[in-house]
Amino acid sequence: MTALLETRGLKAFYGDFQALFGVDISVAEGETIAIIGANGAGKTTLMRAISGVLASDPDAILCRGEPIGALAAPDVLASGIAMVPEGRRLFPSLTVEENLLIGAYSRKVGPTWTLESVYELFPVLRERRSNPATALSGGQQQMVAIGRALLSNPDLLLCDEISLGLAPVVVRDIYAAFPRIRASGASIVIVEQDIGQALKVASRVYCMMEGRITLCGRSSELNRDQIHAAYFGAERHGLH
Amino acid sequence: MGFIDTIVQGVLLGGLYALFAAGLSLVFGIMRLVNLAHGDLIVLAAFLLLVLVTGLGVHPFLAAVVAAPLMFGAGWSLQYVLLNRTLGKDVLPPLLVTFGLSIVIQNSLLEGFSADSRRISAGVLETASIGFGPVTVGFMPLMGFLSAVAVIVGLNLLIYRSAIGRAFRATSDDTVTAGLMGIRPQRIFAMATGIAMVVVTIAALYLGTRANFDPTAGPARLIYAFEAVIIGGLGSLWGTLAGGVILGVAQSLGAAVNPEWQILAGHLAFLAVLLIKPRGLFPRAVD
Ligand SMILES: Nc1ncnc2c1ncn2[C@@H]1O[C@H](COP(=O)(O)OP(=O)(O)O)[C@@H](O)[C@H]1O
Ligand SMILES: [Mg+2]
Repeated sequence: MTALLETRGLKAFYGDFQALFGVDISVAEGETIAIIGANGAGKTTLMRAISGVLASDPDAILCRGEPIGALAAPDVLASGIAMVPEGRRLFPSLTVEENLLIGAYSRKVGPTWTLESVYELFPVLRERRSNPATALSGGQQQMVAIGRALLSNPDLLLCDEISLGLAPVVVRDIYAAFPRIRASGASIVIVEQDIGQALKVASRVYCMMEGRITLCGRSSELNRDQIHAAYFGAERHGLH
Repeated sequence: MGFIDTIVQGVLLGGLYALFAAGLSLVFGIMRLVNLAHGDLIVLAAFLLLVLVTGLGVHPFLAAVVAAPLMFGAGWSLQYVLLNRTLGKDVLPPLLVTFGLSIVIQNSLLEGFSADSRRISAGVLETASIGFGPVTVGFMPLMGFLSAVAVIVGLNLLIYRSAIGRAFRATSDDTVTAGLMGIRPQRIFAMATGIAMVVVTIAALYLGTRANFDPTAGPARLIYAFEAVIIGGLGSLWGTLAGGVILGVAQSLGAAVNPEWQILAGHLAFLAVLLIKPRGLFPRAVD
């Protein structure tokens, strides 16, 4: 069975600086995976490469076996991959509802995710639909960012650090929406620094360090020491 | 009475300046591109109208309907093929390229039409006027002003009430994230310039029927357009209309005192507004 998404030896550069050194991950249909790693490990770079913001080799990224590495961001979206970018990146000139609708700009508002079903998922957004997006709290803004991505009715949802800077109770509220997102049939990639959260939602976990995958396994089978070693590096781990 | 008349004529003139400025304002608002060839594009459109009016023997209003889609196409292509390549962190390339474009347009027009000054005849409408109590306003100046209001209402509806307008604003906020939403900024920019050229065509209609123009008339129109945009505050279309009106009234008052002071009075009003409100009268809240 071909994976929904697969990267093969994916490299990424910022000018002369190499940020990814041959990353291999795969996501099956309907699967939720997590990518964890310390600050600067290359998680966001990986998301940007997949979503077409950063250019990569055509064959380094495959969607259902088709090479999509060379596609621009709008074409990657058209193939069914939507992104909730790090830092939310809402459009400040747009209201909450307009931000959501922008998500449906190119893909038809689909059978699953409509403005209505996003408001059912995050009822607070309906109350604040006419507010400027930037007037919302951090958690509400994150809901807008997720809803906006859902409105493209993606097959794969990439979520880059959605818990960043949010209070634990708010994070819990947002993650409470994930079972319903999964039930819609979408596969999900969660990028997290919060390892506990990642292990809870994802069935498989990849750990990144310095632009490489250092560990990969089922959430249920990984133990703390393994993760610790992959996250911080073996030398540091040796000190414990 | 003379005073009221002067004000009214100034307001109507201001409508024309707002028409000069609206396209500039739209393009700047969406892509932060200052198009130094804007005035020359207005003059180019006026020559296109002239050709259509004399060639097909149609009324200028009908000629404008024919010219508008042509100008849209020209603007779309100009942006997509040339100007998009100049956009980036550096502000200099778009200035240099549009300055060059300005020279190219002027010289092409000189080559094709000579330096003679021209005028587009609107027939009987040219002298038609309507009386409002003590003041009498010309039909064409009144239409020019109403067109300016209509253009600004239309652009505001487009920007704030339509899907393409949402995409305009989103792209203006953040092109990278707009791309993630399936928006192609290059096409959005092309669309914006295309729409600006439709406004330019309307501006050209009233420029060409109101006064004489020649191939080198563009830069002066650009200056008025700039002043209207800056007085109104960058990014606000209603501000641009207000800016145009302030400029028009100032010129009209100046001319009433001494005809030689018309242009100077407009520039002085511009400077006065800048001294009091450096960001213009209605600056946009963001940036
Ligand atoms: N725009 C950029 N230009 C240059 N280097 C960058 C840029 N963005 C990230 N980097 C570098 O790439 C590496 C990976 O960064 P990033 O992917 O943001 O990590 P993470 O998301 O895991 O924190 C870091 O060393 C970072 O400094
Ligand atoms: Mg990151």
